[in-house]
Amino acid sequence: MEAVVDNLPLYWQGFRTTLILALVSGAIALVWGTILGAFRVSPVPPLRAFGGAYVEIVRNTPLTLVFFFFVFVWPQIGPSVPFFISAIAALSIYTASFVCEAVRSGINSVGVGQAEAARAVGLTFTQTLSIIIVPQALRTVVPPLINVFIALAKNTSVAGGFFVAELFGVARRLANAHPPDVIAVLIGVGVAYLVITVPAGVLAGYVERKVVFAR
Amino acid sequence: MSSVLYDTPGPRARRRSLIGSVATGIAIAALLVFIVFRVAETGRIDAELWQVYTDPPRGSSAVDVWTSLLINGLGATLRAAAVGGVLALAVGLVLVVLRMAKPWWVRYPATAIIEVFRGLPVILLMFFGVLGLGMPIFQGVVFGLVIYNAAVIGEILRAGIVSLPSGQAEAGSAIGLTQPQILFSILLPQAIRRMLPSLISQFVVLLKDTSLGFIIGYTELLRILRINTEFFGESYLFVLFFVGAAIYIAVNFLLSRLAIWLERRGSMKAAGGAVHADTEHAETHPEAGQKP
Repeated sequence: MEAVVDNLPLYWQGFRTTLILALVSGAIALVWGTILGAFRVSPVPPLRAFGGAYVEIVRNTPLTLVFFFFVFVWPQIGPSVPFFISAIAALSIYTASFVCEAVRSGINSVGVGQAEAARAVGLTFTQTLSIIIVPQALRTVVPPLINVFIALAKNTSVAGGFFVAELFGVARRLANAHPPDVIAVLIGVGVAYLVITVPAGVLAGYVERKVVFAR
Repeated sequence: MSSVLYDTPGPRARRRSLIGSVATGIAIAALLVFIVFRVAETGRIDAELWQVYTDPPRGSSAVDVWTSLLINGLGATLRAAAVGGVLALAVGLVLVVLRMAKPWWVRYPATAIIEVFRGLPVILLMFFGVLGLGMPIFQGVVFGLVIYNAAVIGEILRAGIVSLPSGQAEAGSAIGLTQPQILFSILLPQAIRRMLPSLISQFVVLLKDTSLGFIIGYTELLRILRINTEFFGESYLFVLFFVGAAIYIAVNFLLSRLAIWLERRGSMKAAGGAVHADTEHAETHPEAGQKP
């Protein structure tokens, strides 16, 4: 127990790094995933194919493999970057594929009649998407997106295995430094993760109920 | 849906979109070629490096390389996934039974357990198994996989049960079955069948998560890549990584396809049983089933 109390500042640092990792790569994944989602419903076949291939490949790749690529393989073929940047790249690229799927199924959830009506009054593809479909799709997309973000928050722990000192990295360091207190140290880290994931899960459930009610 | 987003194109629009498509296709292809050339410039994909798979250097044989990849690497990955998958399903079943139980002092703890374990990173659970509970590496990996995935599977099965028409349980009580009888002989069998695609998607997630064993020192496919790289030299890293990644993607891709195929077959068969559950696990969209 002392190991936990004595190292509270270290925990706080790890917690902050975890949050920064999750927020930055979450933002990048949101933008890139939305672009990919637009690709997947676009009228241009090569873009559709690209979006489809990206999602199919990345979703079937373990996150650890993506990290492995950016941390070990990338320095051999590209400019070397700090581990923190590698972690952001790996998490963003991985999470974007899930954002893309959430966005796509959100777009698919909007009634076909909406798009038909938009077409009937002569709106173009871009107009249909941006003023009719997307605003309606957004509310359906929010709960799954929160779930993607929860998964991302947990996934940042993989970065701890690749030289980034976030919560799991802190857990490893403290566990090795205080063998007798291992259980207390790890429970402390677990609680720190739950502080992020449980409220976010409750929020997702709340938003989901709201959205269902609003229909 | 995507087809109604734009008009059926006329001859001019078709010509324009054809030109646009070709241009975009060329741009994407050019980008890919550019990337391949940039990688080739570094000399990491030279032809003689690929010989590591046919006629490897340093007194090793092609059989050795492939044995290490497929038997030692993929074999260990699949072993952890198989053991973890079976146990997670069993524990998940227990959790959902407890969660659906009538007495609150059974239901609440089960709910709490599910919520807590769903909210923790798998790697932390594995680490807890190895360091906190003193398990050997393999057991630690399986422990992490089981604890997390049992909680998720519990939720999937619960979503399946909730999605069933209430007449199913009512009919059960009407003919005088007890609560456990209704759960085991009416609700669970249907829920499992209904949720089979989601369960397989979750198994893909579990299979992907075995790679976390790399971080805590379990010798699976990724670790084998690392070991082979140390043996043959750093210059072989890209070539070795490429095939390792291809193996992972191929295995997961096949499993995902199986889930989608089952979903299609299921929705064709069960005419009166389209799934409309109220949770995210019961996506009617097969591909949306896999969680990150």
